[in-house]
Amino acid sequence: MIFGDIAQAIGNTPLVGLPRLSPDGYHLYLKLEGQNPTGSVKDRVAKYLIEEAERYGLLSPGQRVLEPTSGNTGIGLAAICQVKGYPLTCVMPENTSEERKQLLTMFGVEIVHSPATEGSNGAVRMAQQLAADDPSVYMPFQYGNAANSLAHYETTGPEIIADLPDVTAFVAGLGTGGTVTGVGRRLKAWNPDVKIYAAEPEYGDLVYGLRNLDEGYVPEVLDQDVLDSRIKVDSLRALEWTRRLASEEGIFAGVSTGASLAVAARVCGRLPEGAKIVALSPDGGWKYLSTGAYAPGDVKEIASAISGTLWA
Amino acid sequence: MPVVRIPSVLRKHTGGEAKITADGTSVREVFDSLTTAHPGLADNLFDDDGLRGFINVYVDDEDIRYVSGLDTPVEDGSEIAIMPAVAGGASSPQRVGR
Repeated sequence: MIFGDIAQAIGNTPLVGLPRLSPDGYHLYLKLEGQNPTGSVKDRVAKYLIEEAERYGLLSPGQRVLEPTSGNTGIGLAAICQVKGYPLTCVMPENTSEERKQLLTMFGVEIVHSPATEGSNGAVRMAQQLAADDPSVYMPFQYGNAANSLAHYETTGPEIIADLPDVTAFVAGLGTGGTVTGVGRRLKAWNPDVKIYAAEPEYGDLVYGLRNLDEGYVPEVLDQDVLDSRIKVDSLRALEWTRRLASEEGIFAGVSTGASLAVAARVCGRLPEGAKIVALSPDGGWKYLSTGAYAPGDVKEIASAISGTLWA
Repeated sequence: MPVVRIPSVLRKHTGGEAKITADGTSVREVFDSLTTAHPGLADNLFDDDGLRGFINVYVDDEDIRYVSGLDTPVEDGSEIAIMPAVAGGASSPQRVGR
């Protein structure tokens, strides 16, 4: 495969069977989004956020892009903006890991720090303020931007159908909701009997402790009606499946992948025998090595030690 | 009896307790017992339309929206988890004005 530049090399990721992890009578497959150019599913989203903005005239040549993110979306946007000539500002809490700051800086991203004590909500507030104060910047805002799920409706979903036309069910993690919404709508348009399951990470008390129930948040991108079930997975279970994936199937993935596999295995019991279940692996494990998630030792102790930072 | 897990933001209404057993054969019945014993929880869990939108309730890890809502059956030993809606992990926004 040859491509003109990196932006064109996004997508068409491998769909890999997991014969050793599949429960008897069922077939699990994993879509390896870590194979995208910057190493995550967010390359698809970043490309659509920028190209949809271009298409609708929201973004002009050389205009600055601003997004609150220190994670995969920021890295994906950094690469896309670099090759398309848009300067990028990412707003992130000042305690963001050094490896991410270095990666983004290398891509030429301007980093604006929000107070660590305000967490990521502080980053969102600051980004919204900066965007309001400076009309010359464009903020794609993946949580509320339909281009997010459209990326999956137009690329991820059709790839799964092409590779596995008789897919029975699809599982992905719940972050912005873009993946389950876009892929879910596409698969159900193809075959209304396809089941869509969301794996919801169960965060540690550290994360929930910051949440005020009056200020709950359901991302606009998420279409709750496309889901057949939403199942929460704690850090321990996610970590156990992530480690099994490495030791039994030779695949090194991030911890969200383990959460989706746990759900995929759980829902087999409610699907007909012979069912083919696709789980989506959003990224590889590399960016999470420093969390200790893959360190040798007792998985229960590791899970409880890192449950506050694992999903960040 | 079923066990209800209380999120940290609501523990001020339960005297700091994180896990509370309460009687009932459905989520609705259990919540009735729970709010009778801890009246401060009622306004935090329900508004005029029922369960508040930013709260997710799980029975043995399954979101009750996709089972039978408040009529979702529970058994002895079932775990009912009340959790604030959170998106996108620790790097997510709580509320976004749009």
